[in-house]
Amino acid sequence: MPKKPKLVNKKGIRTDGRKLDEIRPLKLEVGVVHNADGSAYIEQGKNKILAALYGPREVHPRHLALPDRGILRCRYHMAPFSVDERKSPAPSRREVEISKVIREALEPAIFLERFPRTSIDLFIEVLQADGGTRCASITVASLALADAGIPMKDLVVACAAGKADEHLVLDLNDIEDKEGGADVPVAYMPNFDAVALLQMDGQLTIDEFKETIDLALNGCRQIYAVQKESLKAKYLAAKEETEEVEEE
Amino acid sequence: MPFLYENRQIVTPGDLLAEGDYLAADNTFRDNEKIYACRLGLVEYRGRKVQVVALNNLYFPAVEDLVIGKVVEVDLHGWNVDINSPYAGNLRASEALSRPFRPQRNELSDFLDVGDVIVAKVIAFDRTRDPSLTTREPELGKITYGQIVRVSPAKIPRVIGRKGSMINMLKNETRCNITVGQNGLISISGRSREDERIAALAIQKIEEEAHTSGLTDRVTEMIRKERSENA
Repeated sequence: MPKKPKLVNKKGIRTDGRKLDEIRPLKLEVGVVHNADGSAYIEQGKNKILAALYGPREVHPRHLALPDRGILRCRYHMAPFSVDERKSPAPSRREVEISKVIREALEPAIFLERFPRTSIDLFIEVLQADGGTRCASITVASLALADAGIPMKDLVVACAAGKADEHLVLDLNDIEDKEGGADVPVAYMPNFDAVALLQMDGQLTIDEFKETIDLALNGCRQIYAVQKESLKAKYLAAKEETEEVEEE
Repeated sequence: MPFLYENRQIVTPGDLLAEGDYLAADNTFRDNEKIYACRLGLVEYRGRKVQVVALNNLYFPAVEDLVIGKVVEVDLHGWNVDINSPYAGNLRASEALSRPFRPQRNELSDFLDVGDVIVAKVIAFDRTRDPSLTTREPELGKITYGQIVRVSPAKIPRVIGRKGSMINMLKNETRCNITVGQNGLISISGRSREDERIAALAIQKIEEEAHTSGLTDRVTEMIRKERSENA
């Protein structure tokens, strides 16, 4: 057995130089896929994820359509080159499960009942993975939804927290996820203070669990601020440009 | 608690816009006494009304709307038309032809075939069935020449302008015939390709800068400049 790597040093600094309660550097961009009705791209640490959204549109196959509301279909997929060892491009058990989990995290935020007999199709492509991709996928997918002009109750934002070397840490990366003691991904709707996804693996005491959730929600709020700015950025640029011209 | 934003400030879905006795208008929803935005857009407070002018939207059919669409299928009784909305438009033969029609005799594809672009009006839509269209009115029917440009349906009110100010200016300045479909498709036909090109360019500018003020003047200026440069 190789020796377990040290995840947090004496000064409380993690393997990638972060403090315990610090999220990874975040970059969000909206409207990157021209052919989609809505799209967004996220870079969270070494994660690179693209989300493209189509619809609401006619459901194919037809029998899946519901008479009283629309359906959300979601495909989370990892590119073969997204991880160290080539991943088979066929959807794995894990990807099917994550697709379902993401769909269920987003469904409560969308007014699906306004679009009966239609489907909203969401494609999430992980280009590079470094832990916490389900959370980053939820964050980026809700931006794609907003970009497409689909009516939503709130943006959904997600962030994980967990345990590494007996320390509670925020926004775990790949090593912390694999070698650490616990991982708790949380998806959150900030304006309603509602949790849309809560999972956990590993072991935590009840007190640790409560603290971890607080930590994760804190991370969500930080990411939410960036999420909002990125949505506005697309339109603010044009506005500022013209206002400058007017002032001249 | 009164208004929480300034007029015409950008809001995102879920933002709390107002609390108390207000009316939740376009692109907002009410949760008890609170009114939230449900789309990305510019917030507007008008008396008791709170609304959001969406920056992007999809076309949801409504009766009496003028739409531009493309025929995707011909069947026994009529045509299926893509009208850039979640639901395909349905144009029945009796709503397109002015004389009696018999499926045994007449071939519908002689009148309209797959790929043809039409201007039509929505005559019925109630979300349990796909929207029905008609072309039995003046100015409606097949588009045989010109160009089609596509903008976000959210920008259509801006292309038309207050009481048609923008669209009238566009027609005068570019000397083109312009038909605006509520579903985001716009048909332009002019005397020359150059006129059509300038009109398309102007519409593109309107879409990009739809949420800014003083747009009509800037577009007029752009059209005149474009024209003098290429004259």
